[in-house]
Amino acid sequence: MSTALDSGEEIGAIATLRRGVRYSPELTEGIGWTLVLAIIASIGQVVVPVAVQQTLDRGLNGPGGPDVSFTVLTGVGAALAIAVTSWASYAMTSRLFTASERGLATLRIKAFRHVHDLPLLTQNTERRGALVSRVTSDVDQVSQFLVFGGLLFVVSVGQVLVATIVMVVYSWQLALVVWVCFAPLFMSLRYFQRKLSDAYGTVRRQVGVMLSAISEPVVGAAVVRSYAVEARTQARIDTAVGEYQAASTRAQGFTAFSFSLGGVSAGLANAGVLIVGIWLGIEVLPTGADLTSGKVLAFAFLVTLFVGPVQMGTQILTDAQNAIAGWRRVIGILETPADLVDPGPAGRTLPRGPIDVHLDDVTFAYPGGPPVLRDVDLAIAAGTRVAVVGETGSGKSTIAKLLTRLMDPSQGAVLLDGIDVREIAQSSMRRSVVLVPQEGFLFDDTIAANVRYGRLEATEEEILASAAELGLGDWVVGLPHGLATRVGQRGEALSAGERQLVALLRAQLADPDLLVLDEATSAVDPALEMRIGRALERLMTGRTSVTIAHRLSTAESADEVVVVDRGRIVQRGPHAELVTHEGSVYAGLHASWTAQQGASR
Amino acid sequence: MADKQASRRGTTREGFAVLGVAIRREPWIFTVSTIGSVLFGALTVADAWVLGWSTDHVVLPAYEDGEIGADMLLAVLALFLGVAILRAVGIVARRLGAGVMQYRMQAHTRRAVTRQYLALPLEWHQRHPTGQLLSNANSDVEAAWGPIAPLPMAVGTVAMMVIAVVQMFAADLVMALVGLLVFPAVIVANLAYQRLASPLMTQAQQLRAELSEVAHESFDGAMVVKTLGREGEETARFAAQAERLREVNIRAGRIRAAFDPTLAALPNVGVLVVLAVGVQRVLNGSTDPGDVVTVAYLLTIVSFPIRSIGWLLGEFPRSVVGYHRVRSVLRATGEMPYGDQRATTGRTGARLQLEELAYRYDPDQPVLEDVTFTVEPGRTVAIVGATASGKSTLTTLLARLVDPDGGRILLDGTDLRDLARGELARTVAVVPQTAFLFDDTVRGNVTLGADVTDDEVWAALRAAQAEGFVAALPDGLDARLGERGTSLSGGQRQRISLARALVRHPRLLILDDATSAVDPEVEARILEALRSGDGDGDGTDSTLVVVAYRKATIGLADEVVHLEDGRIAGRGTHAELLERSPSYARLVNAYEQHAAHADEPADDAVDDLVEETS
Repeated sequence: MSTALDSGEEIGAIATLRRGVRYSPELTEGIGWTLVLAIIASIGQVVVPVAVQQTLDRGLNGPGGPDVSFTVLTGVGAALAIAVTSWASYAMTSRLFTASERGLATLRIKAFRHVHDLPLLTQNTERRGALVSRVTSDVDQVSQFLVFGGLLFVVSVGQVLVATIVMVVYSWQLALVVWVCFAPLFMSLRYFQRKLSDAYGTVRRQVGVMLSAISEPVVGAAVVRSYAVEARTQARIDTAVGEYQAASTRAQGFTAFSFSLGGVSAGLANAGVLIVGIWLGIEVLPTGADLTSGKVLAFAFLVTLFVGPVQMGTQILTDAQNAIAGWRRVIGILETPADLVDPGPAGRTLPRGPIDVHLDDVTFAYPGGPPVLRDVDLAIAAGTRVAVVGETGSGKSTIAKLLTRLMDPSQGAVLLDGIDVREIAQSSMRRSVVLVPQEGFLFDDTIAANVRYGRLEATEEEILASAAELGLGDWVVGLPHGLATRVGQRGEALSAGERQLVALLRAQLADPDLLVLDEATSAVDPALEMRIGRALERLMTGRTSVTIAHRLSTAESADEVVVVDRGRIVQRGPHAELVTHEGSVYAGLHASWTAQQGASR
Repeated sequence: MADKQASRRGTTREGFAVLGVAIRREPWIFTVSTIGSVLFGALTVADAWVLGWSTDHVVLPAYEDGEIGADMLLAVLALFLGVAILRAVGIVARRLGAGVMQYRMQAHTRRAVTRQYLALPLEWHQRHPTGQLLSNANSDVEAAWGPIAPLPMAVGTVAMMVIAVVQMFAADLVMALVGLLVFPAVIVANLAYQRLASPLMTQAQQLRAELSEVAHESFDGAMVVKTLGREGEETARFAAQAERLREVNIRAGRIRAAFDPTLAALPNVGVLVVLAVGVQRVLNGSTDPGDVVTVAYLLTIVSFPIRSIGWLLGEFPRSVVGYHRVRSVLRATGEMPYGDQRATTGRTGARLQLEELAYRYDPDQPVLEDVTFTVEPGRTVAIVGATASGKSTLTTLLARLVDPDGGRILLDGTDLRDLARGELARTVAVVPQTAFLFDDTVRGNVTLGADVTDDEVWAALRAAQAEGFVAALPDGLDARLGERGTSLSGGQRQRISLARALVRHPRLLILDDATSAVDPEVEARILEALRSGDGDGDGTDSTLVVVAYRKATIGLADEVVHLEDGRIAGRGTHAELLERSPSYARLVNAYEQHAAHADEPADDAVDDLVEETS
């Protein structure tokens, strides 16, 4: 059992790409054609320089004087070439966009599905924000990179290659001059990249710090005022804002400086080409007329072709750091093992009817932690109503999680109707066992839609019938729009008590054979409280129920009370009997409950 | 349609106005970055001139004469390198300048907005959604100053275009005219692109927000999803949203795929036309081959930066909206006036008088009406009432988070409104139902910067029954709490929040259902400590006002004030009220069912561990 989330950090850049493609096969579909188109599109970049050279050398300074028809022919040919290469560029970009968006949508959906299988989701609530960003902004980052950066990078590399090839064809000597002039830039690339990546890493961290500081006067408005700590709060914000500004400026400085280097290399290369070109053309290779003035000049154009993509490419390599990091994080999600293995269709099915429960010598510990439950052996007969009580941290909530198979025991087994839960098909498990959590979470939709989480195909009549069964018929009818009433974000349009009613109705519609209830603790209006009590009573009828109880009244009305203390079951039996055991844990709990109530009497 | 165009023109004008604000605020940095940009632009053009000059004066003569002048080659090297280095300086000045200007403006605005948040009364905060205020200080600020990044580049481009055009005309009038057709074509293509693509971009932005909302909701409801086996349906819901986003992105991509090559092809076609025209003109002796090269080269290098003007204009709509939102915060008025009275100090409890207190959110629905009672120093009063009876409003009035609409509150005989700023906080501490923790250490959260020794912090934590779990945290008092720190349960958060109040030894302590998430036994210990008068370990006999649900809490009070629909329905001891008032008895007995709560969030395993080891 692991609560750690694979950050994917140990995955290398190449491995990230390989695994990324495995998770998103759409990325490489038809990649062959896309590459062919990319090559054609790259050629488009050299059309104009070649045309300029041809026109100068053979049109204007041709051996037989200026040749107009040749010039016209060159122009028409070049125009055609531009049309073809532009089309290739369009087709390639569009294919890349389609492939990467499809691939990433698949990746996103796979990751989302997998998150729901991670124990982390229900165990460490504070990390949910991080999980959301893995399926949203992290994927967006990869998408931005793949379609803009990735594409441009491929094109840039292609252009650098094509420019180099053309340069070599014109004159390998001059091509060498250009590469030598750019060598320092290429060599310093790694250094700058590391610097940039550090600088932007700091920026991202500072954004987090700043956002959290900015939220304090908003979210904590009342506290800041009632403790008169405005000055302190502002000072904290000013510091955080200042640090973010400094980090951003530093990163911008590195970017600006590294970007300017390409221009200096270009100037050097231009001068080098002209000087070496003239020298070669006149002194070294005078007779062959290999290096004409037109060729030397065309080289100046070729150098710009070389500079553009080189600058673009270096810029992209920086962005790539972020994108690869994002990709790693998404892959990290997919490679975090789901702890609970669903036996699937091969699994066994629970028979319908009240379930009998057996915790067979169960021990449970979170990874690296002490056991939360120790050697718990508990049999609950079908149809019984059991209340589990104990102090905070006694392990009683863990029992609820084990019974509903949100977690598996470290040792021992949980048996339902005599079957180990690990052998039961998840679909059957979810059909027969329902947990009503403390806070009945609602989705931003109608009451009907929320209740249907219990049974998807339920008709409106069936929902109303279930409501009537729980004695909630008039409550549903009394809502502004009945079942169509919207509950708002996280159910905020309803009161806490009403949210509990919806959760109970949801459970009733699911019609489980084992009901596990984690009793709510939030204070509710008295009238509603009565309703909830009645509905609960009816919901439990005819089922096995295990309630994690926080109230004396619940314990009193249960068939049996199970007392948990420091991870062990220390007492069990009906309330009336347990109360009489003087000095026992339950007697202590009971005394404290009654003291609470009796303090006023 | 006419309206739309008018508003687009309006946006452009307003966009420039917003930039004007930034330029007036940071004139020097703007000047430096613009000079850098103009330098870059001029030198990019100069590159072409250097090439043209080299063609005519060095390359062609050298080939004609078959010999090389060393001085000429040196000139070529000096010219090219000089231009390149100056241009690099220009790039750094432009980019860094734009960045510095943008980040400085962001910082100014963020500081101003948050100052405003701190200055505006709580009543203003209550009228604005939290999410909106957060984005006002963050993404709206970013949007408002977004156009600063491409600004110097755009200004430089305009300069470059002017220089290039002059150069082209100087080289050859006819070729220049032909070449000039390329510029408007590029601008038109750019605008067309913006117009087609920006609605899709907006839509994608919106879909991204919705997608994130679906993921948030689904993960928050994981307990329900998982235990009812609804992972498949949730994935389908998420997938539908992800696919909508995918389709919009693909459509936006296709548009881009069409425009990128078009934008690249326009200057290329221009060059070909210039060549065709140029050859004719060279033949009839109207121009030199060098001029053809110059014009062709100018076209190639100038057409790319022209796009930066499009980027600038493209940022305007977002910028204008962001700026308006930020400005509406900065222009918000409303201030809580303070008097100049000092609060009484000392170690005795404060005397609290409420006189005909009234408060209403809207005129027809009074939240509190004619509330009058006095709490003598050192006494404990419980405020009891059903949901929405006005209890919490009363506590906000007592802490002067809002001012009453009628009547007054006297603290030791002084109207709260006559106290100087900060005085009230030295006397009164309020502990809210929902604990707010700062992104700070345990120590910072308790002291809030006050000069308090660690011993005193521990004493307060002990009184709040928080000593045990804080001691069990890996870093003790230095453990970080808040969003990116250790996660605490609701009850633990409440106890930290209580310790924060206790460490100040308040003379009036107000608990607004502040122990609702705490284990009953633990709560009993807290209340016992508070009531015995040594809750904060110094023997201060604080006056205590407690909003309570639990009977045990109510039972500890010397007196109970029973609120019903904003009015006092009864006063007296708990026993008296039980006897005298049937509605009070009904209310309290209903809560009896509730008397035994415990805090054990079903899904907070970390907590179980902390509790276990403490």
